[in-house]
Amino acid sequence: MTNEENMTEVLTGETDRRVASSATASPTSLRVDGVTAAELHAKGVHAWFGERMVLENVDLVMERTKVTALIGPSGCGKSTFLRILNRMHEIVPGASLAGSVDLDGEDIYDPNQRAATIRRHIGMVFQRPNPFPAMSVRDNVLAGLRFNRIKSKHKDEIIEEALTKAGLWSEVRDRLKDMGGALSGGQQQRLCIARALAVKPAVLLMDEPCSALDPGSTLRIEQTVKEIAHEVTVVIVTHNMQQAQRVSDKTAFFLSQDGNPGYIVETGKTEDIFARPQDPRTADYVQGRFG
Amino acid sequence: MTSELAPSPLKLANKRSNEDRLFRGVTRGAGLATFVILALIGVFLFIEALPAFRSQGWRFLTNTGWQTTGAHPQFGVLSALSGSIIIAVIGLIIAIPVSISCALFINEYAPDTLLRFIPFKNFLTAAVDLMAAVPSIIYGMWGFFILQPHMVGLEKWLSTFFGSLGIFQNTSGAYTSSFFIAGTIVGIMCMPIITSLCREVFSLTPSGEREGAMSLGASRARVIRDVVFPFSKGGMIGSIMLGLGRALGEAIAVAIIIALAFPLNFHVVQAGGNSIAALIALQWGAGGNLGTSALLAAGLVLFILTLIINMIASRIVNASKMAGR
Ligand SMILES: Nc1ncnc2c1ncn2[C@@H]1O[C@H](COP(=O)(O)OP(=O)(O)OP(=O)(O)O)[C@@H](O)[C@H]1O
Ligand SMILES: [Mg+2]
Repeated sequence: MTNEENMTEVLTGETDRRVASSATASPTSLRVDGVTAAELHAKGVHAWFGERMVLENVDLVMERTKVTALIGPSGCGKSTFLRILNRMHEIVPGASLAGSVDLDGEDIYDPNQRAATIRRHIGMVFQRPNPFPAMSVRDNVLAGLRFNRIKSKHKDEIIEEALTKAGLWSEVRDRLKDMGGALSGGQQQRLCIARALAVKPAVLLMDEPCSALDPGSTLRIEQTVKEIAHEVTVVIVTHNMQQAQRVSDKTAFFLSQDGNPGYIVETGKTEDIFARPQDPRTADYVQGRFG
Repeated sequence: MTSELAPSPLKLANKRSNEDRLFRGVTRGAGLATFVILALIGVFLFIEALPAFRSQGWRFLTNTGWQTTGAHPQFGVLSALSGSIIIAVIGLIIAIPVSISCALFINEYAPDTLLRFIPFKNFLTAAVDLMAAVPSIIYGMWGFFILQPHMVGLEKWLSTFFGSLGIFQNTSGAYTSSFFIAGTIVGIMCMPIITSLCREVFSLTPSGEREGAMSLGASRARVIRDVVFPFSKGGMIGSIMLGLGRALGEAIAVAIIIALAFPLNFHVVQAGGNSIAALIALQWGAGGNLGTSALLAAGLVLFILTLIINMIASRIVNASKMAGR
């Protein structure tokens, strides 16, 4: 794939490093070098906040280089599930979980895995744009490299590449020194996407990335999602049925009833879920009859 | 040149409600009152200090002795001022790293509960606040009877190995009642203020930024360095300045520990020292009318010094706020 070759070239420094480190690391450490997308497989996932169970027995395969959309009414546990996929759930005091999540066959909850390493391979974009306000646009994009002590001689290329992929390059190429907080909301969100892409994640998790944005920025981000899906597995939570249909290959419908834990009602190809849902509840939801 | 056609910014005015006006009046009055009180203190100190200034002139700032009686009184604030600063600096050098680490531990690392039922975090927070509530006389006595004997060994070690640096030199062989011990106790007294305020600002770090950094693979230490500290810079400086205020103004604990000596002394592990607040506490009522006036003059110097420090601090805090957000 030419795309991948390009990237490898740009990132020669890091790629070498990763190869070297993965050769010496313990067998359980992630093999993924970040340049290739990976499959994410959640098995029997349960989640609790304190004593309250909010997710029950969720199984889901998020295929390599595909976009998986998570839909469902508010409070059914989509964000919780997403945060379980990159070990962000455990930072909430009192939160716990059961089950396992495999990244290309390796359990990310294996006791030998470092949560920080997992998060570097499984990036995340949040509902509210959260660039580092005191860092310049440039430093925001490079933040992930800094956090992971990745040295590179090709910083400028990495910045341009990440910002281009996030559809932001033309707007900020002359403003790289500006503070991250000085961009508009839509630009900030795309900056966050660029920041996540700059560390070459295998999977990118997006929690309602467009809910705070105008239609124009939303379309840009959807375009971005489709473009990056060639090289990174995307999981996106959305309340927007059109958006799910526009960007995703596969859709999982979550539901929780009367305060019971959330679960997956139905999973399938996006076109099937929307055109030929198997479960009447899915049909009701996708046709806007509740939620 | 401004063109006639260019619109000039509107002068914004707002019609206020009665309620608003009342509230404004009360708060403005209270705000003004602090100013007035501050000014009155300054004026009071200045008037009471006038006899001392008349007697010594500018030499009050450069003299080191404290002879306020007799035909040729000679006294000055220099050694007390330098002593205050030395004690404060030692105190802060000890207090800052400990306090910031402690605040970080409580906020970032300490588990909420121990053994599922001891509210560990709340317990630590309460303990720190309790430490701030202990009266300074208690710290002073504890420092004198308990801390001091244990510090002498460290002081000897410092003077043996770093004596060539000058400040750790000890020419008298007496190690108790030194700046170092007084500074240490003052540092311990500053810790709760700095810890408590730093913990407060650390806990205000926006969770969005924190999670953003974590989701990029940042370790806890990284998050602290690249998210928590930049966000808290202003508050940390502010808390240190408050600590400094306490360090400079601490009288009783220093008075108990330090052996008042008037020659200018920079040997911090050697017996003998001075500080404005301790000087006032120890000399009050001695030395006649001129002596009292001299002490008030020294108080005025301390007052002005703390004002200047606070002004600089708020400058720094504001500047870092501008740069930060
Ligand atoms: N920090 C928390 N502490 C306690 N309960 C929580 C916490 N976060 C979420 N919950 C609960 O977990 C359940 C699932 O929440 P979650 O945020 O995953 O829902 P969601 O599907 O993302 O909803 P939305 O579409 O509104 O974002 C909800 O009932 C919510 O109240
Ligand atoms: Mg959510």
